[in-house]
Amino acid sequence: MVLIYSDDKDTTKELIAKGRELADETGSKVTSVIIGEDDDEVANELIYHGSDEVILANTDIEQFKAEEYTQVLKKLVEKTDSEIVLIGSDKSGKEIAPRLAAKLETGCVTDCTDLYFEDGTLTAERVAYSGNAVAVKNFISEPSIVTIPSKNFDPLSKDEGREGEITREELEVIEAESKIIDVQEKESEGVNVEDAEIIVSCGRGFENQEDLDLAEDLSEALERGTIGCSRPIAADLKWLPEDHWIGLSGHEVKPELYVAIGISGQIQHIAGMRDSGTVVAINKDEDAPIFESADYGIVGDLYEVVPKLVEAINEEKG
Amino acid sequence: MNIAVCAKEVVDVSEIKIDEKTNKPILEGISKEVNDIEKSAVEEAIKIKEEYGGEITILTVGSVDNMENMKELLAMGADEAVIISPPEESDYTVVSELLAGAVEEIGDIDLVLCGEASIDLFSGQVGPRIAELLNVPQITYAENLDVEEEKIVGERDVGGNKIMTVESPYPVVVTVTKEINDPRLPSLQEILGAANKPINEWGPKEFMDHEIEPTTEMKDIRGVSMERKNIIFDEDELEDSVKNLAENIAKEGLLEG
Ligand SMILES: Cc1cc2nc3c(=O)[nH]c(=O)nc-3n(C[C@H](O)[C@H](O)[C@H](O)COP(=O)(O)OP(=O)(O)OC[C@H]3O[C@@H](n4cnc5c(N)ncnc54)[C@H](O)[C@@H]3O)c2cc1C
Ligand SMILES: Nc1ncnc2c1ncn2[C@@H]1O[C@H](COP(=O)(O)O)[C@@H](O)[C@H]1O
Repeated sequence: MVLIYSDDKDTTKELIAKGRELADETGSKVTSVIIGEDDDEVANELIYHGSDEVILANTDIEQFKAEEYTQVLKKLVEKTDSEIVLIGSDKSGKEIAPRLAAKLETGCVTDCTDLYFEDGTLTAERVAYSGNAVAVKNFISEPSIVTIPSKNFDPLSKDEGREGEITREELEVIEAESKIIDVQEKESEGVNVEDAEIIVSCGRGFENQEDLDLAEDLSEALERGTIGCSRPIAADLKWLPEDHWIGLSGHEVKPELYVAIGISGQIQHIAGMRDSGTVVAINKDEDAPIFESADYGIVGDLYEVVPKLVEAINEEKG
Repeated sequence: MNIAVCAKEVVDVSEIKIDEKTNKPILEGISKEVNDIEKSAVEEAIKIKEEYGGEITILTVGSVDNMENMKELLAMGADEAVIISPPEESDYTVVSELLAGAVEEIGDIDLVLCGEASIDLFSGQVGPRIAELLNVPQITYAENLDVEEEKIVGERDVGGNKIMTVESPYPVVVTVTKEINDPRLPSLQEILGAANKPINEWGPKEFMDHEIEPTTEMKDIRGVSMERKNIIFDEDELEDSVKNLAENIAKEGLLEG
């Protein structure tokens, strides 16, 4: 049995597709878990996308806490006798999966980019050394726990003719001693850098938050542009929401065109954009490592270069 | 308040080159340093100690060649370090069991601090695993901590533009991001003083009451290289450089929506 869990429904469907492939190879089944949401329609949607069974797990937990979700998943892994557990690799998934692995005394690979059987052994690939290498790991324990980032696998197309079973589980968990005392939700523009075709990305070379308008101008001139940024812009300065953050600890992107402005090009940033089509760098330091990772570069002050580049692009478009 | 900080020695990833013949990363000869984020964890521990007293112990699973890097953390203000040598076959199960076992062996630890992830592998496994093994709450990705006598309050960015505030009694495991503080640089005097602080070496057999087996194994590691054109436009006039750039962007068909 392959057990699937993510609190993001789109990621869940992508994981189901991968789980389907592994289950078909071993002649087993795919079971998806939905926690704290008793809705047949949502469950059916997962069946239409390839799940054989959907468990609607209900507990008296109100808000997400890893300590409790780990207990829920452990019970369901044991109940379904699952050999493989696929969990979405967002921050919540990444704090559940290792904890679940420790609880089950088993192996876990986080941020897996490929997963397959080789000679009967489950093998997982993941990025290592900030994108310099791919580590290929074998599981020598069961169940095998794997976290997978969103957009890594394509979901199966929806087939409303597909049938599956919906079961309900009422589970008891021991309440964690920690408490969520506040959740602040900032407004999100719902950007999706992962799907962007062109990214104009801003780094610490920008002196003020308002100056990011320069990048906005370039993004508009390029028409299909989306704004990205380095970690300090999102995490330290908080000039842009996390959604824009590109790199090892942020989002992984592969646009046709990536323009890095005032970004030094540290390897942790490169890890998130190395599969981009064409890379352009604008930096005033000719020795900045970003130029080694770029196809085209201009050495200069972004405050002079970017407005001129906007003009040149508008002219080129005619 | 007694604190254990788990610190890992990592290779400097920016120095890694790929061997063209074997297509493997060359790790020999690359300098090793303490994982950056652990310095933030130690800094946080020192601030807590300054207010509440107690002992700060650094725990590392790694090689004893690691002394110099451990001394750096002691010079910052930690009291003591324990270097645990791993068995030959090791993975996250083994490392986490050793660290949790060491926390129990030391005893009376209120707070275990880890980094959000190690910079070489970036797995983020060790913190949550230790929390489970010790059967205590976890606060991951903390970017701000408020420490009180009976409880700790952490702020964490959980993605999707949500900031969550979590509170936990002790003992607890907390993983921190590097934005939580700016770690101090030890003075020369502190560096000299650290020479007298104890660094203990433990073998697993000395404190673990059960055998630990790895659950995953490294089958292969292959290098990833990136080929780029590396063309720099540096005409005398910036107008000409940007024009060249715009033309090339157009030539690649990137201006057609
Ligand atoms: C565990 C870990 C994970 C990390 N994950 C990520 C990640 O996911 N993403 C990420 O981006 N980083 C990440 N980092 C941080 C990374 O190491 C770098 O610190 C960061 O990428 C630097 O951001 P930056 O290039 O914007 O700033 P800086 O390194 O400060 O570079 C600013 C650049 O702007 C240039 N500049 C300054 N003024 C101008 C001007 N007027 N015109 C033109 N150029 C100018 C400078 O020459 C410099 O090259 C991580 C670090 C760690 C330890
Ligand atoms: N070998 C180790 N020894 C001590 N602490 C470690 C070790 N490996 C990982 N850690 C801790 O766990 C955190 C997360 O590491 P990782 O799970 O490898 O991403 C690190 O920031 C350290 O605090």
